[in-house]
Amino acid sequence: MLQPASAPARTRRGTGLLVGGTLVVALAVSLVVAVGIGSVHVPAGDVVDVVLRRLGVPVDGVGVVDDKIVWQLRMPRVLGAAATGAGLALAGAVLQSLTRNDLADPYLLGISGGATVGAVSVIVLGVSVGGLVGGAALGTAAFLGALVALALVLTLATGRTGDLPPARTVLAGVAIGQICAAYTSFAVMMSGDHDAARRVLSWTMGSLAGLRWHSATVLLVVALVALVGIVACAADLDAFAFGDASAASLGVSIRRTRWVLLVGTALLTACLVAYTGAIGFVGLVVPHVVRLVCGPLHRRLLPLSALAGAVLMIWADTAARSLVEGQEIPIGVVTAVLGAPLFAYLLRRESRSR
Amino acid sequence: MRLAAEGLSWGVRARTILHDVSLSCAPGTVTGLLGPNGSGKTSLLHAMAGLRRPAAGTVLLGSDDVHRLPARVRARRIAVLEQHASTGLPLTARQVVELGRIPHRGRWPAARDEGATEVAEAMRQCGVTHLADRDWQTLSGGERQRVQLARALTQQPAALMLDEPTNHLDLSHQIDLLATVRALGRTTLAALHDLDLAAAFCDQLVVLRAGRVVAAGPPDQVLTAELVDRVYGVEATVGRHDHSGRLHVVWHDARAR
Repeated sequence: MLQPASAPARTRRGTGLLVGGTLVVALAVSLVVAVGIGSVHVPAGDVVDVVLRRLGVPVDGVGVVDDKIVWQLRMPRVLGAAATGAGLALAGAVLQSLTRNDLADPYLLGISGGATVGAVSVIVLGVSVGGLVGGAALGTAAFLGALVALALVLTLATGRTGDLPPARTVLAGVAIGQICAAYTSFAVMMSGDHDAARRVLSWTMGSLAGLRWHSATVLLVVALVALVGIVACAADLDAFAFGDASAASLGVSIRRTRWVLLVGTALLTACLVAYTGAIGFVGLVVPHVVRLVCGPLHRRLLPLSALAGAVLMIWADTAARSLVEGQEIPIGVVTAVLGAPLFAYLLRRESRSR
Repeated sequence: MRLAAEGLSWGVRARTILHDVSLSCAPGTVTGLLGPNGSGKTSLLHAMAGLRRPAAGTVLLGSDDVHRLPARVRARRIAVLEQHASTGLPLTARQVVELGRIPHRGRWPAARDEGATEVAEAMRQCGVTHLADRDWQTLSGGERQRVQLARALTQQPAALMLDEPTNHLDLSHQIDLLATVRALGRTTLAALHDLDLAAAFCDQLVVLRAGRVVAAGPPDQVLTAELVDRVYGVEATVGRHDHSGRLHVVWHDARAR
């Protein structure tokens, strides 16, 4: 794992609370401010008024237009972004710990590859999924593709004893990912349809533009369930600090913990990918940054990663939809532009401390 | 609590590593597990700690079958000190010791600091209180073993399993560690390589060769020139030191087995 340059791991109990409190405030402020940003600017006070009125508090002077912009259009997208960021950061934190691999990200188990195969099948080949059309068909196909890829990875990685050794699991993910990438390139090339190629490219970079209240609600529920379930495993993940044998001697079932957490985070990621496409870097970088600030123990790392991921994704999406007027930048581009330099900096810092 | 193995066999695929091993550790005593590399010491420790299910035989702690206990309950009764404890994480010594509280904790983090007194007491007993805020990565080999021993104690186990605890330690740290273990007064099974230290600190020695017990009993009965020759293939004299009265082994010549 990445370590601070001088490695003073002396993380006092207060640090976690301070950072946690700061992030909660930042999340609340980000929600309000980000909803106000867009082609029509809505002041923070008006945003609060709209939300309060919608929550049943009698507030005077809320305009119909403001209500439509804030509540109908922007709020679900911003909340969905927060849920997606939180979910991706959680999944990344868990997978990095479980596989003891710094480069692990939520798409480790072939999720993004499988989802892209599903999406490409709809976009290029026009495969229909149970009579669904448009975004719903795309999302469902991506989700199913992710599940198939996950099943293949687990089948490849499972040993005779039903174990999931980290190294083999990572390699199985890479192998399935390559096959999926080959299919995707082949399908796009053979179709010769430029519009389809553009749509595939934009899908693989991810977008939150399609989020409405029902999809945002699903994302929020998924992220909250994942948060509770994963935080419940915090002590089990800590037990892996000195390896498998040490975890077993501390009373943690290695095989069950690996299965539950690997499959759980994969399902979480598949749900997110179905609505947003594969958004990179958040799940990779956020847990590393939180580890550097608050130490590697999971009872702090997991909730703080979720909060930091939520805040980061809100701003990445706000930038994606408002930096260039009249056009959306793919959110994957924004997270990569934010994430890559930060990640490079952390790697440099780590190499200096060795 | 008494820790006993009865007719333990264990193997990997077709290769049998432990053959019908039986031994018994009396409550509160220290048993030294001797034998050449590859004789099955670590496998036996892991099987007796409940980490590996044997193909045949049982391990009893008190009256409980270790392999039938739920994992968390087992972790509160048996603690293991691994041969090479290593981690890539920047943990402090106290955080490492606190890992020992995991089998005692509930699923949800409690507001108050559970087990803080147990952690402090274990660190005091192992003489690592002053290292509490040091980074694990900066600790010396001897300090790391003591911190791991404190972690094991924090599990509040009835039995301690130590896998070559004195590996890579200098003489004074070897003596310190074994003296600390003795003073803890827990039922202890320790795989050891140094015959003199084993004789000095153990109540009982059990000798393994190729996965079988070839001798067991008090050090002065087990540790003979004949046994050293038979088990290690080394010609030696076993004598007693004039001043301390301790057993010591002086080797003459290693011959081909």
